[in-house]
Amino acid sequence: MRRVASGAPAAVWILLQLTLLGWTSAAYAHVQQGEAGSFLTGLGHPISGLDHVLAMIAVGLWGAQLGAPALWLLPVTFPMVMALGGMVGLLGVPLPGVEMGIAASAILLGLAVMSELRPPLAATVVLVGIFGVFHGHAHGTELPAGQNALLYSMGFVAATGCLHGVGIGVGCLHRWPWGRKLLRAAGAAVATAGVFFMWRAAA
Amino acid sequence: MSGRATRKARWALALAGGFGMAVWPSWAQAHLVTTGLGPLYDGLSHFALTPEDLVPALALALLAGLRGPAHGRRALSVLPAAWLLGGSFGLAAHGGVSPVVTSISFVLLGGLLAVDARLPLYATTMLAALLGLFHGYLNGTAMAQPGLGALALLGIVVAAFTLVAVAASLVAPLRAAWTRVAVRVAGSWIAAIGLLLLGWAFRPGA
Repeated sequence: MRRVASGAPAAVWILLQLTLLGWTSAAYAHVQQGEAGSFLTGLGHPISGLDHVLAMIAVGLWGAQLGAPALWLLPVTFPMVMALGGMVGLLGVPLPGVEMGIAASAILLGLAVMSELRPPLAATVVLVGIFGVFHGHAHGTELPAGQNALLYSMGFVAATGCLHGVGIGVGCLHRWPWGRKLLRAAGAAVATAGVFFMWRAAA
Repeated sequence: MSGRATRKARWALALAGGFGMAVWPSWAQAHLVTTGLGPLYDGLSHFALTPEDLVPALALALLAGLRGPAHGRRALSVLPAAWLLGGSFGLAAHGGVSPVVTSISFVLLGGLLAVDARLPLYATTMLAALLGLFHGYLNGTAMAQPGLGALALLGIVVAAFTLVAVAASLVAPLRAAWTRVAVRVAGSWIAAIGLLLLGWAFRPGA
């Protein structure tokens, strides 16, 4: 007890130093301000729409349910296919029914998670790839002008990958019986939201 | 000295120390030209702060590391040499290269990394040489204008060498499946960034 008491001032001292060091606000080097802004804009774009967020997370959830090799094949495939769709969108090539395609992706991915659907691996990858094109095209046509292309793209892809990571992380609940039920309920919720997105797109 | 006096002295010391640390920071100089570090360190910093160069070099290092130590050693020797050569040409030529080259580097190297391409050693050599020549040339032409010169180029080459050495040697011993998959996911992200860059480069009105 005596040793603890005598050690207390040192702990207080360290805490005080850490507080003071952590107190400082962010320093913005103004030369890079626009470029840092581009990265943050790209980082925020994929999470700016609930339809995109739910579909990306559902991809991760489904991958976690399916296990290897789908678990890692989907996160490898999706960013590249989505970027391909984004490139097509940037080039101004039209893709009909984009919003409906995005809503359909939420419905079908949600249903797949809800029913723990296990199609052949190739079919899974193709299905997710097609959805990726729709999501990427929508993002590509919405990309704001005047951004630093590289930093925006880096933020954009990183955010998309992180959303998959969130889905895979949550999907780890699949190893417990209660977790399986929870994931299926989450799939049902995503599918329901997809129906709402479809109704909004069709309206 | 009584216990109370000791505690007071400790508190005073803590406050004085905290205040000292709070006022200790010096100015943060955002502009490299005012750092006074010299062109060599400006080159090093340029490479570290330029994703156009850093990311493809990282992709090559990861790709070579996935293929094993022989590929890593080859990339380590060829890339900096080619970068120096390309940079020397760029310093002398003052000509431009389309920035689309950067996008192609991202797509090609990221794509190969994502699919875990089983490249022979000569292919790694070719990729390292092409990457070094093109990006070195771009650096050389960019540095010729402000007159940074050969020392800055040398700084870039040293940074590229260090990056390849560190990244390839970290990846080469990986055996667990998930660790290699993580490296491949990084490749897919790099390829995706490259595809978006291509779209940006050719978008109507760009």
